[in-house]
Amino acid sequence: MNPREYDIEPVDLSWCPGCGNFQILSALKEALAELEILPHDVVLISGIGQAAKTPHFMKGHIIQGLHGRALPVATGVKAANPELTVLAIGGDGDMYGEGGNHLLHTIRRNPDLTNLVHNNMVYGLTKGQASPTSPVGLKTPIQVEGVFSEPLNPVALAISQGASFVARTFSADTELTKEVIKAAILHKGYALVDIFQPCVSFNKVNTYKWFRENTIVMESSSEEQGDRKRAMELALSGPPFPLGILYRDASGRPSFEDRLQAYRRNKDPLWKRTPDLAGIAAYIETLREG
Amino acid sequence: MVNELSIVLCGAAGQGVQTVEVLLVKALGSSGYHVFSTKESMSRVRGGNNSTEIRISEVHREAFVDRIDLLVPIKGGLRKNIWKRLDSSTIVLGDREELKEEFEGKEIRFIDVPFLGIAREAGGAVTANSVAAAVLCALFRIDFPILETLLRERFAKTPEMLEKNLLSAEKGYERGTILLEKAEFGLTLPKPDPCWRPLLMDGHKAVSLGSLAGGCNFVTAYPMSPGSGVLAFMAQNASRFEIVVEQVEDEISAVNMVLGAWSAGGRGMATTSGGGFALMEEGISLSGVAEIPLVIHLGQRPGPATGMATRTEQADLELALYAGHGEFPRVLFTPGNAEEAFELSRLAFDWADRYQVPVFILTDEYLLDSIFELENLEVGKTDFSHHFVETEPGYARYRVTESGVSPRGIFRHGRGLVRIDSHEHDEKGHIEEDFDVRERMQRKRMSKLRLLEEAALPPTVRGNPGSKTRVFCWGSTGPIVAEALERLGDKDVCMVHLKQVYPLHNSIQNLVEEAHRIVVVEGNSTGQLARLIRLHTGRNVEGRILNFRGHQFSVEEVSEGLRKFLEGGGGK
Repeated sequence: MNPREYDIEPVDLSWCPGCGNFQILSALKEALAELEILPHDVVLISGIGQAAKTPHFMKGHIIQGLHGRALPVATGVKAANPELTVLAIGGDGDMYGEGGNHLLHTIRRNPDLTNLVHNNMVYGLTKGQASPTSPVGLKTPIQVEGVFSEPLNPVALAISQGASFVARTFSADTELTKEVIKAAILHKGYALVDIFQPCVSFNKVNTYKWFRENTIVMESSSEEQGDRKRAMELALSGPPFPLGILYRDASGRPSFEDRLQAYRRNKDPLWKRTPDLAGIAAYIETLREG
Repeated sequence: MVNELSIVLCGAAGQGVQTVEVLLVKALGSSGYHVFSTKESMSRVRGGNNSTEIRISEVHREAFVDRIDLLVPIKGGLRKNIWKRLDSSTIVLGDREELKEEFEGKEIRFIDVPFLGIAREAGGAVTANSVAAAVLCALFRIDFPILETLLRERFAKTPEMLEKNLLSAEKGYERGTILLEKAEFGLTLPKPDPCWRPLLMDGHKAVSLGSLAGGCNFVTAYPMSPGSGVLAFMAQNASRFEIVVEQVEDEISAVNMVLGAWSAGGRGMATTSGGGFALMEEGISLSGVAEIPLVIHLGQRPGPATGMATRTEQADLELALYAGHGEFPRVLFTPGNAEEAFELSRLAFDWADRYQVPVFILTDEYLLDSIFELENLEVGKTDFSHHFVETEPGYARYRVTESGVSPRGIFRHGRGLVRIDSHEHDEKGHIEEDFDVRERMQRKRMSKLRLLEEAALPPTVRGNPGSKTRVFCWGSTGPIVAEALERLGDKDVCMVHLKQVYPLHNSIQNLVEEAHRIVVVEGNSTGQLARLIRLHTGRNVEGRILNFRGHQFSVEEVSEGLRKFLEGGGGK
């Protein structure tokens, strides 16, 4: 399938020239096209932020909801219709800051969805404030003496919480990004893809050059990818920060939807169902006395 | 004259008073009595002193009364809210061994029944509740096999406990029979109706079953009293009704997950109380702009903040009315009893889907924790239908239509793409900052309010509709006001009970204008319905009877308040 099938016309892309988001958008379209997934089968769900605008710039069903809340919305969509391919897309502020609690619990729940986090270590839409992943020392109009809070390590966090798929990539490496996104979509369960991405307007520290010099692409066998201890070591290492699939649980752990009683006997998505009025009436009769 | 009795059981949390309540209410219902029960409890897992009131009557009752004809304190240490309801006509059936000298020297008819002693001899001290239930069954001439059947149901999973409890129940029943024969028990029993076979249902079940009948198939919540009763019912019946139920990390997740479910064609509800509802507000606003249907069950309890976790209040009308930033239409249902809770919960899902708006079901702890009797519930009263459409290529989610309602597509049903957005957007859901588009879209969304006004449910008017004095109330206060008016017997007073407080039905304007005097009875400290009436009709009501102590009004309290108001004169 041609990735152009995901193009949407006419569109006014509101990102800054040179932004890493362009690369991620094109890698995402290519990944979906190579997997032969039609726009009609995909739901792109996002919160608020520059990265969260991504769904507007391509074909597919979309929900752009509230800042930080893409994961619960995505979980709700997937649980109501497990036949859909669901992606939750956002930036570091959206997913790791405002939505941090949802991240923790979505990992535990393990719904079959792909979570792309465009991690540029700074706030773009609100113009340059520190994000949860900003490096210590980064000066901003708000953190005027430099960031002093420790940056959040999303991949180590996800692995420690039992995420079933955790990867990190770099937007400028579109081939790697595309391959990692494909693997994440194919993975059954929650898949976190943390994508290093330069912010050309507000982050003068973590630039294209910085990311190239401070990352290392890592090849690993699927057996190695299933080793959680190794994954944790990789997640805690750097610079250089390892890129690629850090952890992939191949044990076939059931997803959230798999465990739902709603689908145990009946595989229909919820929209195809009508209430069992006879069953409800019968239940009500059990409350009758005498 | 109607023969009726009010029985109050008191005991510590964890002591099984609720078991006695359920057994007794079922046994009474099975024996042809009209029953109603309601309880109040402290926010603790063990200990304290909680009470349950069971009313037994020859007619249908569904309101709390102060009067206590028979008090059964299973544990000593009664709280003062019980003491002040006792008088010389109250009979206390108690175990002196447990109560010690608590009732000594009081002008109260105390009958010593050794619940503990009987239990110890028969099935062990832990079965004292069954002794108490059996004594009461004998006093109300309930056939022992009815109690036996109920005990067999109750202890079906623990045969050993069943044997012990049955032994104790037999002994208790014998003791009750002796009491009755010795005529020590001087209460006149209501006459049972052998044809009466009621459905017994508490508010939690009524909301849950009504929702299911409305097609609810997706429930989320973060546990919070009293909203979590619905979560528990749904979770325990998820397999039976094939629904998705998830206890989530917080109420923000609860509301957003439900919005995701609706977008994919599910019918979702989040159930909570005031604190959780407050956390959901941004999600409610998302429902407003993105026109995603939403149902929230708001079980009210006293606030602000944590307030009183296990108590009741009606102070979240304005919270629900104004929840969420920006302007968008919404619906507030306020059921007064189990039947209305069932019917309005069913309707909430239809309206949310039909008008693509948030619909709130406002109940409260009192209504949820009360057990109502019903003759019947019509599950299939109306045909069920979804209101989403199959999409075509080029589909525009927010197409401007005359009614304001855009045909709602869902993902992967039809060939169109469904694009939903929290920003202001154009017809296709693209982010839009054009001022004209903004105005057009805001008008489109708000025009649905007119449809909702046309659909609004009329209030229930009881008594002479031409009465000069009109008593307005909403939600669970309705049946209490109705019985209070029955007691007053004033032909020139009627009740107007609102089961929908927003949008208001168009008859409200006339009902208000024609009234010589209006008094509002509601469970909050500022008169929220009174304010809403002024807002919509310009009328300042003449009287307000308010209760915000954490316990629902009693019939006596309302009738006394109304009597004073009526004596006071004045009016338009």
